[in-house]
Amino acid sequence: MATLHTVNKSPFERNSLETCLSLCRFDASVLLIEDAVVGALQNTLISKQISEAVESGIRVFALNEDLEARGLPLSRLIEGITIVDYAGFVDLAAQNSKVQSWL
Amino acid sequence: MSVSKSFVCINRKAPYGTIYALEALEVVLIAGAFEQQVKLIFMDDGVYQLTRNQNPAGIGMKNFSKTFGALSDYDVDQIFVDSESLNLRGLDATDLQRLTHETNDAEERLSIKVVPRKELVDIIESADVLFNF
Repeated sequence: MATLHTVNKSPFERNSLETCLSLCRFDASVLLIEDAVVGALQNTLISKQISEAVESGIRVFALNEDLEARGLPLSRLIEGITIVDYAGFVDLAAQNSKVQSWL
Repeated sequence: MSVSKSFVCINRKAPYGTIYALEALEVVLIAGAFEQQVKLIFMDDGVYQLTRNQNPAGIGMKNFSKTFGALSDYDVDQIFVDSESLNLRGLDATDLQRLTHETNDAEERLSIKVVPRKELVDIIESADVLFNF
């Protein structure tokens, strides 16, 4: 069974998302929540690394409620990122054998 | 005797994930209410505080971004945004709220100025008091 990684801090303020991506197995899922959702936008310092993770098969998600809270344009998310709501968060937690919460 | 000083508030944190952004706004409103001269700088992740269309209902928080629109009532109408911070985050001026104020001859002016980082040096140096959030 695979691991769900959650990241809640902005990738432009801390390196937790970068570290998370570097330690994800091919079958892992990464969910961006709280301030980390700012990393979901295209054309940023972290977007290339996220795209590479997506291309390698890692599933990357962003929490809709946190994207909406911050007014981030959903039309400009990195290709391959899936938007989920809180119910989707629960599903991801249930589908994976454990949750690694990067702080 | 009332004393008026020049305040500059530097905002470098994204909204909602931490309490910094909201607390900074409270401080600015208080300074404005005491008729101090206040300028705001938004840089690094602070630029996310000014995005349009914020809706934090889903995370159970108050949409304090609407309060930026009331700053001009306190004569807080000089808001500087670091262009480099926007660029590095895939954003530009059109992603930000359109905040305006009226000049003495009732002309409408934009309150937000997107400026290159080097222009922030003089703004910071012009302050009597600096607040960092």
